[in-house]
Amino acid sequence: MVSIGAAVKEPGSTRKNKTGSWRTFKPILDKETCIKCENCIMFCPEGCINKDYDIDYDYCKGCGICAEECPVKAIKMERE
Amino acid sequence: MVLKVMSANQAIAEAVKLANPNVIPVYPITPQTTISEYLAKFVADGDISAEYIRVESEHSAISAALGASGTGVRVFTATSSQGLALMHEIIFAAAGLRAPIVMADANRALSAPLSIWNDQQDSISERDSGWMQVYAENGQEALDSILIAYRVSEDHSVLLPSMVCIDGFILTHTVDPVDVPGKGDVDKFLPPYKPDHAYLDPKRPMSIGTFTDPNYYMEARHDMELALVGAKDVIAKANAEFAEIFGRTYDFIEKYRSDDADTIIVAMGSICSTIKDVVDEHRDNGEKVGLVRVRVFRPFPTKEIYEAIKGASNIGVLDKNISFSVGGVLHNEINAKMDVKANGFIVGLGGRDIKPTHISEIIEKTKNTTKTTQWIGLNKEEL
Amino acid sequence: MEIPEKEFLAPGHRACAGCGATIGVRLALKMLGENTVAISATGCLEVITTPYPETSWEIPWMHVAFENAAAVASGVESALKSQGKTDTTVVVFGGDGGTADIGLQALSGAMERGHNLIYICYDNEAYMNTGIQRSGSTPYGASTTTSPHGKESFGEDRPKKNMPMIMAAHGIPYIATASISYPEDFMKKVKKASEIEGPAYIHLQQPCTTGWGYSPEKTIELGRLAVETGSWILYEIEEGEFKVTYRPLQRRAVKEYLNAQKRFKHLTELEKDRIQSHVDAVCIELKV
Ligand code: SF4
Ligand code: SF4
Repeated sequence: MVSIGAAVKEPGSTRKNKTGSWRTFKPILDKETCIKCENCIMFCPEGCINKDYDIDYDYCKGCGICAEECPVKAIKMERE
Repeated sequence: MVLKVMSANQAIAEAVKLANPNVIPVYPITPQTTISEYLAKFVADGDISAEYIRVESEHSAISAALGASGTGVRVFTATSSQGLALMHEIIFAAAGLRAPIVMADANRALSAPLSIWNDQQDSISERDSGWMQVYAENGQEALDSILIAYRVSEDHSVLLPSMVCIDGFILTHTVDPVDVPGKGDVDKFLPPYKPDHAYLDPKRPMSIGTFTDPNYYMEARHDMELALVGAKDVIAKANAEFAEIFGRTYDFIEKYRSDDADTIIVAMGSICSTIKDVVDEHRDNGEKVGLVRVRVFRPFPTKEIYEAIKGASNIGVLDKNISFSVGGVLHNEINAKMDVKANGFIVGLGGRDIKPTHISEIIEKTKNTTKTTQWIGLNKEEL
Repeated sequence: MEIPEKEFLAPGHRACAGCGATIGVRLALKMLGENTVAISATGCLEVITTPYPETSWEIPWMHVAFENAAAVASGVESALKSQGKTDTTVVVFGGDGGTADIGLQALSGAMERGHNLIYICYDNEAYMNTGIQRSGSTPYGASTTTSPHGKESFGEDRPKKNMPMIMAAHGIPYIATASISYPEDFMKKVKKASEIEGPAYIHLQQPCTTGWGYSPEKTIELGRLAVETGSWILYEIEEGEFKVTYRPLQRRAVKEYLNAQKRFKHLTELEKDRIQSHVDAVCIELKV
C-alpha cells in the first residue's frame, strides 16, 4: 500500500537508511586536541556530529570534510 | 428562488463565491477571462475573503493552486485551451498528488492554426490525467457542477481534482436565467475541506511530492484508478443530495427521448440544446430519435451510456475533438467499451457552426453504419 | 554568533559524500527553525531527501516539478496567509537550473508579486542531477557533458548568468549572495531574509564534488577558494543598498581555484588569464 499521493508523514525517516556503510575512511575525533570551534559540526553534510563532538557512524559517509576543516587536525581519517 | 440572467462564466464565479475557496490563482485567457474578472471583483469588494494570486502564466496558476491545495485549503482556478495545454504537466501532478482542485475550463480549440473559438480538444486532451471531467450544457448546470465537483473531489475516498467544462463563447459569453442558491443551502451540501492526506503544517510535518522507485509508482497509479472508478458512487450520492437540497437533478448522462428511440445521438456540452430541438422535430415527424448527453466524461460512465444506447439500431456519436487517424475520442471510447457499432462524427472544430440541418444530416447518416469517421460541416469545396 | 543546535534535515539521505547542497540546507534550516515550510524544485536535493517512503525533512515540505517551485511557494504562502498563519516562514530551495533557466519565469512572477518568501538558489553551476549538463549558471570555461572541451571548444563559452542582479531588478527588499564555506555570513543573511517582510533571494554557491571534479573532503575548501580569489563575491542588497559583506584580505590568484577542479583542467594559460582579467574587472568594480 502506498500512502495517498505518496506523501510521507514520518519526518526524518531517512534515518532508517544507515549510510555509514558507504564509508571507506572513518573520521576519528580526538577530544583532547579539539578546541571546540564547531567547524566540523557546521560543515558535515550529514549533520552527524553532535554538540559533544561524537560522530554518529551510522550515518557518517566518510567524506573527510570534518578532518579537512579542523583547524587543529584533531580528526584523523582512518581506513575502515 | 430568484432567477438572475447571466453568462456561464458569471454563474461559475457565483458558484466559486458560494464554495468560498481560500486561494484563487488565475491567469486571463479568452474565453475564460471574465471568470477571473468576476472573481477579482468579488475579492476587491470584500464579497469573498480568498487570496487572489495574479500569476504570470497558467503554468503558475495550476502550480500555485497545487501548492495551496497541498497546504490543506480549498482552491479554485480556471483556464482555457492554450492555457490548459500549458498546465498539462501540472494537471497530471495535481491528480497524482491527489489534490482536490476544482477548475473551470472554457472549451476552446488548440493552436495551430490559432483559434479562439470553441471545440473540446483542450480538455479532451487531458482525459488521461486522473481528473474528473464534467461537460455542462448551460449556465445553471455549470454553477451546480462546480458545487458538486468540490463535494466529490474533496470526499476522502476520492481526492482527485475536477474540471468543469463549458463551451467557449456559446456558454461563456451568452446569458441565461440562473438560480443562484443561498449560502445556507450550499453550506449544508458542501462541508468545509478538512484534509488528512495533504497539509503543510509545522505542527505535523509531512513531505508531499516524494520520489518513488519502481516498487511504489505503479501502486500509486493503481490507487488513482480505484479512486476514479470509485468516485462514481460518490458522484451518485452527491447528485442525490444535491437534488434533495436544491431541487435540480443531475446524472452521469442525460437521456432525452431516448428510451424507445431507434436512432440515438450521443454528444457532450452545449450542442445538446440544439440536438434536443432537432430530436423534437424528428419526433413530430414520427421518427423515433433521441439524445444521450454525456455529462460526466471522467469517470467514464460505461454502464450508464451502454444501458441508454444498447436498444437503438442507429447510434451517432458527435465529437468536438479529433484524435488524428483514430477519430473522435468519445466515439472511440464508446465503441471500445461497449458492444455497439456507433458511427462517429467530427463537428464544430474551431468554432465551426453546427446547424440543425447538420444534426439532421447526422441522424440520416447514422442509418448506414460506416467504419470511417465523418466530418460534418466542412466547406463544400474541401470535400 | 550563536548557532542553533537543532537539525531539520535528517541524515540517511542519498546525497554524495561531501555534498555541498545538504550543508547549505542544514545551515539555512537551523536559522529558520521549526515554524517553516520548505518547497523544493526537482533536482538533486529533492531526489536525495525524499526517496519514498522516507524523507529527510523534519519540517513540512513539498515538491511539484522542476520549473515551478516559486509558483508552488506562492500558493503555499497565500494558503498560509488565508489561514492566518503569517508567522510561518516559506523557504524555497531551487538548483541553478531550476532557478536561472527553467524556473526563471515562475520565480520572476513570485518576486514581482511580493510574496513573503525566501528563495534560496543552491548553485552548483550545472545540471548535476542529470549528469553535469551546462546551465545558464555554468561559468565561462567549465567543461560539462553538454559543453565539453574538445578540438574546437574550450568548454562553456558564455559567462555565468547574473541571477542576483536579475532579482535586484525586481526591486525586492532583500538579495544576497552567499557561500556554504562562510556559514556565519550565510546564516546571518538567512536570518535577515526571514525577518524582512516580502520576497528575499539568496544565491548560495555550493561546490559539487561530482560535477566540479575534486575529492569530497575539499568541498568547503573549494567554496573558500572561489571567494578568496574573487571568483564568487559575497554581498547583499538591502532595500536597494549594495554592500559587500566579505572582502578577502589579499585576493588569491584565480588559477588556484581553477586548477583545483577537473572541469577547468583543460584550460590553457591564456584562457585562465582571460578569466583572471574578467574577475579583476568585477572585483575592481565592486571594490573587492
Ligand atoms: S567524514 Fe564527512 S560525513 Fe563523516 S562526520 Fe566527517 S564530515 Fe560528516
Ligand atoms: S573542527 Fe576540530 S577543533 Fe573544531 S570542533 Fe571539530 S574537532 Fe574540534
